[in-house]
Amino acid sequence: MEIPYTVELRRDTGLNNGKIGIWLFLASEVMLFGALFASYILIRTGATSWPRGDTILNVPLATFNTIVLISSSVTMVMAWASLMRHRFGTFRLYMGATVALGGVFLVVKYFEYSHKFHDHLFPSTNNFLAIYFTLTGLHMLHVMGGMAVNAYFWGPGAKLWKTNPEWFTNRVENSGLFWHFVDLVWIFLFPTLYLL
Amino acid sequence: MTTSDHAADIDKHVRIYITVFVALMVLTIVTVAISRLHLPVHLAVTVALVVAVVKGSLVACYFMHLISEKKLIYAVLVLTVVFFFALLGLPVITHENGYWIPE
Repeated sequence: MEIPYTVELRRDTGLNNGKIGIWLFLASEVMLFGALFASYILIRTGATSWPRGDTILNVPLATFNTIVLISSSVTMVMAWASLMRHRFGTFRLYMGATVALGGVFLVVKYFEYSHKFHDHLFPSTNNFLAIYFTLTGLHMLHVMGGMAVNAYFWGPGAKLWKTNPEWFTNRVENSGLFWHFVDLVWIFLFPTLYLL
Repeated sequence: MTTSDHAADIDKHVRIYITVFVALMVLTIVTVAISRLHLPVHLAVTVALVVAVVKGSLVACYFMHLISEKKLIYAVLVLTVVFFFALLGLPVITHENGYWIPE
């Protein structure tokens, strides 16, 4: 059975179904992270004392990761722009770079976590670390999910380009929307956890 | 729209993406630099959130193309923002009641 409105726009919404679907999903994601940010505010304002993030966490590493994630957002949008220009080879380069930058982010995070565990700092140690590991752990899962989808479009999923380039371009745009959302969440996590 | 018009349009978008990328990098450095000033907590939180909102808006408007999106998407997002702030407001309400603060 053919999936309807993958390329053509629905008359009632003015959008293809993929676009409205990903935005509804992102709305639910905003609420998920919103609940955790609300928990953070609740725990922090209720605490008699709260450590500055930079006394426990590694700010230079997190700054580097911020730059990595912002760069990956640019390569992602450039991958989509390459498809719009019908340059499939350039798309592959940019999409490959996006996945690789996601990998760099995870490797840096691995070193950050390892260092904390080595110092016997666990989620159970205190409320600050509990909220730090919960928020960054959930964010990392999103990075992994985004990387898996992007790697699929870079590899086997790219076959669709030959048969239906417009649909493929729309799918890449939608996976890009998710990836930019992951970047956006990090933009708020970074100052909240590491700098304040 | 002809093919050359379309290509010119995408080229314009690409120039915007690069400009936004540079702005995001500068704002990241600004965020870290401000944190080194060790401002009072309330001021530090305000400044950090303002810079984060500017950065987030740049990503949403240009990378996620929200600056030229359909009305339905805006409607979904307005509803999301309302519920998001309701969620963030819950701790504030409970704080004012002093319900969860130990005496």
